[in-house]
Amino acid sequence: MAATTSQHTPRFSLHFWRKVRNYAVLVLLALFFMVPFYAMVSTALKTEEQLFQIPPAWIPHPFAWENFIQVFKEVPFGRFILNSAFLVTVNVIGQVLATSLVAYGFSRFRFWGRDVLFVILLATLMIPKQVVLVPQFILFAKLGWVNTYLPLTVPAFMGSAFLIFMVRQYMMSIPLDLDEAAMIDGASRWQILWRIIFPISTPILVLVVIFTFVDVWNDFMGPLIYLNDPLKFTVSLGLSFFQGAKSTSWHLLMAAVMMAMIPPITLFLIAQKRLLGGIASAGIKG
Amino acid sequence: MTSIPQRINPLQRWRNMSARTKKEHLAGYLFISPWLIGFVFLIAGPVIMSFFVSFTRWNIVGDPHWVGLRNYHRIFTADRNFVQALKVTFRYAFFYLPLTTVLALSAALALNAKVRGVGIFRSFYYMPYMAPQVAATLVWMWMLNPRYGLINVMLGWIGIQGPNWLNDPKTALFGLMFIGLWGVGGSAIIYLAGLQNIPQHLYDAAEVDGANTWQQFRHVTLPMLSPTIFYVLVIELIGVFQTFTTSFVATGGGPMKSTLFYMLYIYNKAWVSLRMGYASALAWILTVIILILTLLILKSSALWVHYEAEKK
Repeated sequence: MAATTSQHTPRFSLHFWRKVRNYAVLVLLALFFMVPFYAMVSTALKTEEQLFQIPPAWIPHPFAWENFIQVFKEVPFGRFILNSAFLVTVNVIGQVLATSLVAYGFSRFRFWGRDVLFVILLATLMIPKQVVLVPQFILFAKLGWVNTYLPLTVPAFMGSAFLIFMVRQYMMSIPLDLDEAAMIDGASRWQILWRIIFPISTPILVLVVIFTFVDVWNDFMGPLIYLNDPLKFTVSLGLSFFQGAKSTSWHLLMAAVMMAMIPPITLFLIAQKRLLGGIASAGIKG
Repeated sequence: MTSIPQRINPLQRWRNMSARTKKEHLAGYLFISPWLIGFVFLIAGPVIMSFFVSFTRWNIVGDPHWVGLRNYHRIFTADRNFVQALKVTFRYAFFYLPLTTVLALSAALALNAKVRGVGIFRSFYYMPYMAPQVAATLVWMWMLNPRYGLINVMLGWIGIQGPNWLNDPKTALFGLMFIGLWGVGGSAIIYLAGLQNIPQHLYDAAEVDGANTWQQFRHVTLPMLSPTIFYVLVIELIGVFQTFTTSFVATGGGPMKSTLFYMLYIYNKAWVSLRMGYASALAWILTVIILILTLLILKSSALWVHYEAEKK
């Protein structure tokens, strides 16, 4: 996108038109991404009669704030939110613990077979999900874990390969001098992890928290396969059943959808610099 | 590799180690043990098990019955839903992959312009990607509502009678494409990072040679970006073959099986009909298909992917 100038056109006007064109393209694309959000919000604030007006009202009048309360009366939406929040919390704890321990092991110890195991870890990133889905379900079913949160939480304590890889790369960039200095001072390997490596790795662990949060909050297939009891449903799973419950009340459904979107999108807006940087570099390295 | 000592068996080598080295080995294993346990029980075990299960008839409750190749035989000769699922998935991939690549690239190029406020647009483009897929699907079901949805309302402005979208077997698959394309921000960000890695001096040189914007795009941007395009294409391809949530929520595979994605078919076999063996066989076939397609892209990449490092 380097600014070019030809001899015949004055510099100013060429720049000006280039800018106008850039903004035009930016806005056009933004419409595609933002209009559905607009439709969601405006529908969530409409009364049932306004819903089926033709042409549709651009701004609902009056605002039907009561839709947001009605959602909680029609379905146990509060319960779904608590369930999702619980799963997110446990998964975040599990991933942070597991990824930092495992990444520390891979980046700071010399042990027999380490490099082969690390290659295996990378290879598991390519294991197709569909192949392990059925046998994992059989395993958890035989353990009697179906319709509990165990299949949706325990795996987090074993660390996701992608996140371990990310944290390990980061830990590899922390100079070994720090470890050695601490060792001379008589620190144990545990102390080095908790007092030195763990604090320095905070930026990447924040990324682990964000990825895990969004993954678990948004997950649909896991809860769908493992949970039967509606009181155990997560937000995503609850939404999909809300839909067919009555002849769809779109205004209430959109209010619920909006609430489901708020946590991941807020998180994204708060942490976007770090998040987009992390994704970009992970993408390029991958 | 000159003086390899006579091979010592590992046990002996272990005995010869100092206590400190032994401790180092053990500690290493201790730290990676969470992943190691997970690998054995959640990945390696299941992969091996899945392979054997695919030769059985098993509804989980009873014992598995060994049926040899019968599942595979049946899939390839007598299963019309398998053919339909393949058709749907390939048809979707055929239209969706070019569309998503063009849209993601355009978004990335737009975001790469050095104008004020571009950060806000970047957030706008990326936001839908963060939304839960179920939520995104429901929003688009409303957008695509034949009577009250915004898409058909907007088509009405220019005098077009919008189709029935998700209710019509001819258009349902294209309706679902909107949901996928809405989340294109994820790929766009990766393209953007790729664009920002292209050294400015290449554009300067092209300009000195009198290249116009299009020529710069064609001869500098595209070749320099081709490794990124390759990477994103493979990821998107795998994603398409695992499409599940959108069709499960929006159409349930209908109308008339026109959106019966392969993954949805696996789900139906495993969790609706409880045929774990058959579903495992389907999963392995899908894996082989994805593998072949990835290899094809990999082979073709020699023709169109340009690696800067290769020349040096």
